[in-house]
Amino acid sequence: MMASHLLNLTIFSAVVSTVFAMLLRPDTRSRVRFGLLAFGGFMAAALVVGWIMYPFPL
Amino acid sequence: MREGTLGLHAKIGLSRGDDVEDVVAQTPEVIVRARPAAAVPACLLAWLLPGLGHLYLRRKVKGLVLMGSILSLFLLGIALDARLQPYLGFDDPLAILRSLAQMAMGLPYFIARALGVEAGLVVSVTHEYGNTFTEVGGLLNILVILDAFDTAMGRKDTGA
Repeated sequence: MMASHLLNLTIFSAVVSTVFAMLLRPDTRSRVRFGLLAFGGFMAAALVVGWIMYPFPL
Repeated sequence: MREGTLGLHAKIGLSRGDDVEDVVAQTPEVIVRARPAAAVPACLLAWLLPGLGHLYLRRKVKGLVLMGSILSLFLLGIALDARLQPYLGFDDPLAILRSLAQMAMGLPYFIARALGVEAGLVVSVTHEYGNTFTEVGGLLNILVILDAFDTAMGRKDTGA
C-alpha cells in the first residue's frame, strides 16, 4: 500500500507542517503562512538532498 | 478618561494615556487566563489522545486540528506496516527510544496493540516509512503535551 515515496513524503510534510504551524503561530493567517513555508521547505529540502545523493551507490 | 478605567489600566499594565479600546482593537488574539490547576489533567488528556488536552482547555480549533493531524499520521503509519512491539534490551539502545516515541501516542498506541496490528511487516517496502510515521506522531504528541501545559499555565496567551 502507498509504495510511492513522493506521496509518503508529501503526506508526512503536510501533516508535520500543520502541527508545527498550530503550535508555533497564534492566529490563522500566520499559521497558514508558516504552514505553507514549512511544507515547501520540507519538500524542497527532500528533493534537493535526493538529487545530491542520486550519483552515490547504495 | 473615566475614573473607573484607571483601575483597569493598572491591572493590565497600561499607562494612564493609553486608550484601552485602541489596545484591544490592535490585539485580535484571545487573551486567556492561566489555569494552573488544569495543567496536570490537560497534560494527561493530551497524552491519552492527541489534542484532547487542548479541547479540555477550550481550544477547540487547535485541539481538533492537532487530533486529526497526529491521529492520521499514526493510522497511516500502521497502514504502512509499522512495528509497534517495543524493543527491549540493550543490544540496540536507540531502538528503545524509538519504542518510547511510539508510546507517547497514548491510547491509540495501546488500542492498536490490543487489536493485534503490532507486529508490522518487516519485508514490506513501506515498513520503515510506517515506523517513521508512528514515531514522529508520538514525538509530535510530546510537543502537544508541552503546549497544553504552557497554555494551562498562561504562558501562551494567544490562539483559538
